[in-house]
Amino acid sequence: MKQIKIPKLAVWKFTSCDGCQLSILDLEDHLLEIGQRIEIAYFLEASSRKVKGPYDISLVEGSISTPEEEETIHKIRKQSKFLIAIGACATAGGIQALRNFRDVAEFQKIVYPNPEYIETLKYATPISHHVRVDLELRGCPINKTHVLEVISALLIGRKPSLPHHSVCIECKKRGNPCILVSKGILCMGPVTSAGCGAICPAYNRGCYGCFGPSESPNLHAFISLAQRLGITNSTLIHALRSFNAFADSFREASIYLEASEES
Amino acid sequence: MEKPKKISLKVQALSRVEGEGALDIRIKDGRVTRVHLRIYEPPRFFEALLRGRPYADAPDITARICGICPVAYQMSAVTALESIPGFQPGDAIQNLRRLLYFGEWIESHTLHILMLHAPDFFGVDSVFDLARSFPEHIRDGLTLKKIGNALVSTLGGREIHPVNVRVGGFYKIPPKQTLTRHLDALQQGLEIAVRLFRWVTTFPFPDFERTYVFVSMDEGDVYPVFGTHLNLNNERKIPVQQFEEVFEEVQVRHSHALHSRLKDGRTYLVGPLARINLNHTRLSPTAQALIQEAGLTFPIRNPFQSVIARALEVVHALESSIETLENGDLEPDRPYEDLGEIAGTGMGCTEAPRGILYHRYRVAPNGEILEAKIVPPTAQNQACIEEDLYHLASQRVHLPVEQWARECEHAIRNYDPCISCATHFLKIRIIEEP
Repeated sequence: MKQIKIPKLAVWKFTSCDGCQLSILDLEDHLLEIGQRIEIAYFLEASSRKVKGPYDISLVEGSISTPEEEETIHKIRKQSKFLIAIGACATAGGIQALRNFRDVAEFQKIVYPNPEYIETLKYATPISHHVRVDLELRGCPINKTHVLEVISALLIGRKPSLPHHSVCIECKKRGNPCILVSKGILCMGPVTSAGCGAICPAYNRGCYGCFGPSESPNLHAFISLAQRLGITNSTLIHALRSFNAFADSFREASIYLEASEES
Repeated sequence: MEKPKKISLKVQALSRVEGEGALDIRIKDGRVTRVHLRIYEPPRFFEALLRGRPYADAPDITARICGICPVAYQMSAVTALESIPGFQPGDAIQNLRRLLYFGEWIESHTLHILMLHAPDFFGVDSVFDLARSFPEHIRDGLTLKKIGNALVSTLGGREIHPVNVRVGGFYKIPPKQTLTRHLDALQQGLEIAVRLFRWVTTFPFPDFERTYVFVSMDEGDVYPVFGTHLNLNNERKIPVQQFEEVFEEVQVRHSHALHSRLKDGRTYLVGPLARINLNHTRLSPTAQALIQEAGLTFPIRNPFQSVIARALEVVHALESSIETLENGDLEPDRPYEDLGEIAGTGMGCTEAPRGILYHRYRVAPNGEILEAKIVPPTAQNQACIEEDLYHLASQRVHLPVEQWARECEHAIRNYDPCISCATHFLKIRIIEEP
């Protein structure tokens, strides 16, 4: 990774809740220094200043869900040296990707009295389905310290250090008793990427998978264990189909479970 | 339809709002004929994707409607669902929920005052520019924002999309000493908030006033956050259950957000200005003293002064949180009540930082959500924003457009519009009709 002197940063938004870009503004202790060390060239949520590309770093929030977004993401890729997809929407489609399992026309009718006014795509998809992505930050929302880590790494010219193991490792480090094994509460920790700090088990609830699948998760073993603990397939399907429902391994597992339900 | 002729104008993209939208102003013969705030934030169909999910999922899923006020969504969701079996959380749970909510008010309001709104009053692009002119105020404000976020983190597990709220209570109650550890920071925050308020009252406010129908929650003697009734402009009070009988949502072609209005056709305003105008006598002592000191009179009818209302609410939220931490019950017997099967329909409404947020759920005997309805504050304010812009543009139309286009953007930001909620950047289009 090449070191960038005063990098030009752009922050882009697609279909999302703004939470991931707000995580940047939540870096209260570092925000003003970030403003001095990098040029905030395009960040509509924070500034009316718009500097033309190309940009050294583009942070992309949100999934692609409209015909216009499908075009815009290509323009952004062309202007960006290093493109980072941030958050569950940009890396896995987000909660709005639940429509991918259903009929979007039906969804439109439920929410809007005049669905014909609404332009939307059949699927809400991650950025990587459309353009080459250089790095992904996971989470719904992302962990703001990961943004700091990536920006620091790019400034120094080293590889960012981001977790790929499962939440279980963080949970053990935090000293939590395993709630899946000891209490039989469904916890997605064994198949979910670390990065949050195992918050949910620390708050007496099962991980709900908001950082998406860990590196090569063993979903087969996970599902068997859950079933042995008496967790129903329908509960498992809902757990797999939340904020990272369209991530490959979660998607395949939920489709598999749904098919076995029906047969 | 007549094809409008566009006058050539440098298009200004509106920034420092949450979400994407655009503003169209139509002018014919030197008069403003129509103003459309177009929200083209892509729809995400929350009300549809909730169908068939277990009711326990509602607080976590609806939180994702908005990254800036997730606590509000969680609070309205649990309030609505808990009303189905008639469950009322005890004082301790309610105190903890109010603390969590105040954490969000402090964080969200400070973010809006400093980062989104203040740059307008000084004609600069961002908080980074302000930091050069007012380094102390900005550092102060960031400290304040952090204090609010810390409260949310302790009670919720993290600042954005907290994980600890559940139907019936919380997953885990933080130990009392963990909570009271925030007291020093909150005291420091209160001093900062007082300075922030004094600074904000010196902002140069554009000369502009309108008459509004203000709507807030009503919580008796308490400055409203929760409550079972709505206060309509101090004219009458209605139970939350009648929300849909009094207000209606209309879909308009130019926007992905549904417009709300009173069924009698009037538009209404929700948010800090509405809350403060209807409930200022219920503010905390320091907030009251600041009202005297600044010589404020109510109702405040200049929407640009909503920033004053926000600053006062930050003072109130900090002082009330201190009071609750020092004297309130923070230790419920159980973290939550398992409500089990709760078939039926429930409505809940709470005060999000931007105004009242209404949820209604119909739940099946097996615990599945059959129907969900969510009315966010920005959708309710949209018609009011358009009216503000119509009147503002009408008063300024004789001036060169460059002079007032920026003022129109500013007028939109008065509402801290959360376009992600209501359904990403705003463009102002001025269309001159032949």
